[in-house]
Amino acid sequence: MDRKTLIWTIVFLLAGAYLVLRSMTGGMARTYMKAVDFEFVNVAADGDEPEWIQAKPQVAADHDPNELANYPDENRQSWTRYESAPLKKYAKAVKEDPNQTTYLLSISRTIGVWLSAMFTLAIFSFLYKDSIFYKIAEAVVVGVSAAYWMVVAFWSTIVPNLIGKLSPAIVQAWAMPGLKEEQNLLYIVPLVLGAMLLWQLAPKGGWISRWPLAFFIGVFCGIRLTGYMHGDFLYQIGNSIIPLVVMVNGSFDFWGSLRAVLLVGGLLVCLVYFFFSFEHKGIVGKTAKVGIWVLMITFGAGFGYTVMGRIALLAIRLEFLFDDWLWLMDPTDKRLGM
Amino acid sequence: MKRLIPLWITAIAGIVLIASYFVPYAQGLGELTSIWFDILAGFAFILGGGNLLKVHLKKVSDKAAGWGYSVILLASFLITLFVGLGKIGVHPSPDYPDNSWSGVYNEVGSPFWWLYEYAFKPLTATMFAMLAFYIASASFRAFRAKNVEAVLLLGTAFIILLGRTFAGVWLTSWLPESLSGLKIENLSVYIMQVFNTAGSRAIIIGIALGIASTSLKVILGVDRSYLGSARSEP
Repeated sequence: MDRKTLIWTIVFLLAGAYLVLRSMTGGMARTYMKAVDFEFVNVAADGDEPEWIQAKPQVAADHDPNELANYPDENRQSWTRYESAPLKKYAKAVKEDPNQTTYLLSISRTIGVWLSAMFTLAIFSFLYKDSIFYKIAEAVVVGVSAAYWMVVAFWSTIVPNLIGKLSPAIVQAWAMPGLKEEQNLLYIVPLVLGAMLLWQLAPKGGWISRWPLAFFIGVFCGIRLTGYMHGDFLYQIGNSIIPLVVMVNGSFDFWGSLRAVLLVGGLLVCLVYFFFSFEHKGIVGKTAKVGIWVLMITFGAGFGYTVMGRIALLAIRLEFLFDDWLWLMDPTDKRLGM
Repeated sequence: MKRLIPLWITAIAGIVLIASYFVPYAQGLGELTSIWFDILAGFAFILGGGNLLKVHLKKVSDKAAGWGYSVILLASFLITLFVGLGKIGVHPSPDYPDNSWSGVYNEVGSPFWWLYEYAFKPLTATMFAMLAFYIASASFRAFRAKNVEAVLLLGTAFIILLGRTFAGVWLTSWLPESLSGLKIENLSVYIMQVFNTAGSRAIIIGIALGIASTSLKVILGVDRSYLGSARSEP
């Protein structure tokens, strides 16, 4: 082991020992939760449609808690939901009653904070060099995000908009009792197109997926054509037709007028630069040159904003590491937003 | 036929959507087509997931280089898919307490929420956050104030960056009220409101015209590149 490796190994071992010590003594990364009991009572007579009345956490309006307490257990549905809770509330509850079960240490969420921290450090390790940690984190992000968007698409689009339209009764009985749709067999068309799209996965007949792709592109073009012409083209022109001489309370506003002239003038010179039907020489060339200057200012502003956005994201990640994970920024748990 | 029918499908779908914008009677048809579009987008996500599965299963079965990472990818993919589609750990909706599937798939506290909160969110946020280093590094290497255009770009970026920081505000805080327009935070706002608005509007107008013309070319069948090459037909 060379000198450099030895130094880094000692640094990492010391840091690891420090983390283990702090986590064992409850000084970091712990997440707490509050148990909220939910209970519902079916007050309908036998054979009737169920009528569920909330009994916990608070009794539904116009209902007597004593009356609801008389119903048998088979008329009840209950579960416990766990909400995030700050450390200070947990500490207060334990101080008042050491045996209380409302505020609890969440093992799963504490593991989650540790996992997030490890993933964050694994991604940051790429700044040094491509490592096994980064590759693992990369594989996880690809797998989780692909599945995440599939699940979102399934529950928010495929179930209500496709299966719910083709067979509302099944969806109502299964996952969306509140769905109020009537059967519409026209939705066989997107089902067939969807199946044709998935044909892309088959080893042969790749051309079959061209039909849904063609539909996809056609609709996209139609939506974008009208959307951009209305929302961007006309809207931007409309917003740029403004008075160049600005009057405030009957008197001439120099700075307001200058701003209007620069805004409209800047837009026009930029458009001249984008206009390629004339050769950019003479007066057109000079105007286009000024257009480039305005565009450079725009790109500079865009660059500055992008950098600020990324630095803000970086600050959020560092805040997570030092605050939520290491508890170094606010060990007494008086964090912002808590 | 393999190319003609898709061309007609594109043209009809596009024309229906354009007509639904201008003709009130066609609005219902336009809305229906938009919902079909959303459904197909949902299928596209499934296709993406299926393709990912196919590629990485092959990589694992071939024991290709880096197949261990494919195993991790497949495990994270399948676990997320299982807990999400199965609504594992999700409680019923308070409106339908007797229906165990009626709860929302991303309920706080459920395993799917856990994966989103503690894996998906930190990983994607950190990946984007890392760009701060790369932007800084790339700009340090690429930006040279060697002509007027470059000076304008650099100067504006510098003012915008400083204008959003405490140090920037402090640097010009000594300026008297009569020259407050030159304070860096005011300069930053002025640049954003005037020059940036002018330039952005010109770019947006250009983009809108470009998209409109490209869309028309696709709908009318002039641009057929999305169908691929005719020679690559099976």
